[in-house]
Amino acid sequence: MKLVTAIIKPFKLDEVREALAEVGVRGVTVTEVKGFGRQKGHTELYRGAEYVIDFLPKVRLDVAVEDGLVEQVVETIVRAARTGKIGDGKIFVLPLEQAVRIRTGEAGHEAL
Amino acid sequence: MPLHRGGVRRRLLGAAALLASGPAPAAELAPGDTAWMLTATALVLLMTIPGLALFYAGMVRARNVLSVMMQCFAITALASVLWALYGYSVAFGGEGAFWGGLAKAFLRGLTPEALSGTIPESVFMTFQMTFAVITPALIVGAFAERMRFSALLWFTGLWLSLVYAPVAHWVWGEGGWLAGRGVLDFAGGTVVHVNAGVAGLVAALVLGPRRGYPATPMPPHNLTLTVTGASLLWVGWFGFNAGSALAADGTAGMAMAVTQLATAAAALAWMSAEWVSHGKPSVLGIASGAVAGLVAITPAAGTAGPMGALAIGVAAGLGCFYAATRLKRALGYDDALDCFGVHGVGGLIGALLTGVFAAPALGGAGLGEGVAGIGEQVAVQALGVAATIAYTAVASLVILKGLDRVVGLRVSEEQELEGLDLALHDERGYIL
Repeated sequence: MKLVTAIIKPFKLDEVREALAEVGVRGVTVTEVKGFGRQKGHTELYRGAEYVIDFLPKVRLDVAVEDGLVEQVVETIVRAARTGKIGDGKIFVLPLEQAVRIRTGEAGHEAL
Repeated sequence: MPLHRGGVRRRLLGAAALLASGPAPAAELAPGDTAWMLTATALVLLMTIPGLALFYAGMVRARNVLSVMMQCFAITALASVLWALYGYSVAFGGEGAFWGGLAKAFLRGLTPEALSGTIPESVFMTFQMTFAVITPALIVGAFAERMRFSALLWFTGLWLSLVYAPVAHWVWGEGGWLAGRGVLDFAGGTVVHVNAGVAGLVAALVLGPRRGYPATPMPPHNLTLTVTGASLLWVGWFGFNAGSALAADGTAGMAMAVTQLATAAAALAWMSAEWVSHGKPSVLGIASGAVAGLVAITPAAGTAGPMGALAIGVAAGLGCFYAATRLKRALGYDDALDCFGVHGVGGLIGALLTGVFAAPALGGAGLGEGVAGIGEQVAVQALGVAATIAYTAVASLVILKGLDRVVGLRVSEEQELEGLDLALHDERGYIL
């Protein structure tokens, strides 16, 4: 099992969610986060005073998937979240040791 | 009858002309004038609470949002009471050159039957009260986010008594020395805006900058509040300017028209200047520009024509943009919400240009009594502004320095960092 963590632009969330549902992903955890990458922050201007905002709002998706589905999930997120402009985000794939469904106690693949 | 503002002055002249040809009619209550002045009074109150309160509230940081609203609200209450006790009398109670005296203290003689021109004196007194409310409230913008609340109350009371009421008498009161020189100030460019702007600048200098200014970003926390407030100010200003005719007549109608035009022109001017110099037209910019236009047309509202109003608006939009974005940074004072940059500078521009665009040749309604030519009128206007600047600067400085010794002007560093909402009022604007 793998945990796919994706940081994407907030307005791409709906498209990514729909695309993931189509490839068979059954659960996604979404968190509103802030951060910066190569995009750096952006500048806001109030009455002539410039403020550099370091941390931009992003959305973080956590998706637990079976090993066989990882490639497809990553490709799907890349396709759905891409605008081609700077700041589209990043995807991290981490090993996932265990998954447990709390209601039933099922573990491993059964729990996904 | 108080000799007050363009409208009444003109009607007095009309009465004098009648007197020459026959017996003058006794002053009678005009229901139309009275209805309009009741409305105008409510509109001017709307400018402070909620207009100015929201305009300022959006521009401070979230931890101080309640503090500026509280300051506007408390000033409204305190100024109203002091106005009734003696402020109205000092401004309009007699014929001295420098102050009106105490003949109308405690509102003596203010019966339901008492008239001021064609409206009940109670309405005139309350209309003027709303001006006495908004003027000290404007100053809040200069020292936002760092002044002690008790010091603010003391400052409001003393400043209203020693600065606002006398200056109002100079310009608007019977026998006032600036009125006698022919100064044109229809709705308070000098009395309200220059007065408040300069007091604000002095306060900003005496209190010193907010901790972290200008290195720490202090962007507005909620511009939607600010735009709502600016919009309410724009609407309320019709009461401010068109109400200053003190009648439902042609002067009031023209005051309304020129108010709209100058404000629109100033909003576009600030927006355009910002667009050119920074690449984007900001919402705070267009709202600030509108307020600058409202300020600048105020003294000219009874005398400028429509095209003069457009010119005044453009000048105010550009001038105040420069003051708020460049001058402030160049000189380094922390006029937090641009009380001086918008009201001081806008009032100054408006007061001087009033002398230009009152001229009938430029579409105006006429120069002041006994004034010959635009040059002389501008000189008279400059005298009014200079006298007000000098007096309010010195008096405000003395009041602030005295208060600093007795009660202390500034909150502690810890209170300032915590935010005035919690530190001074034990409340928060947002519980999310």
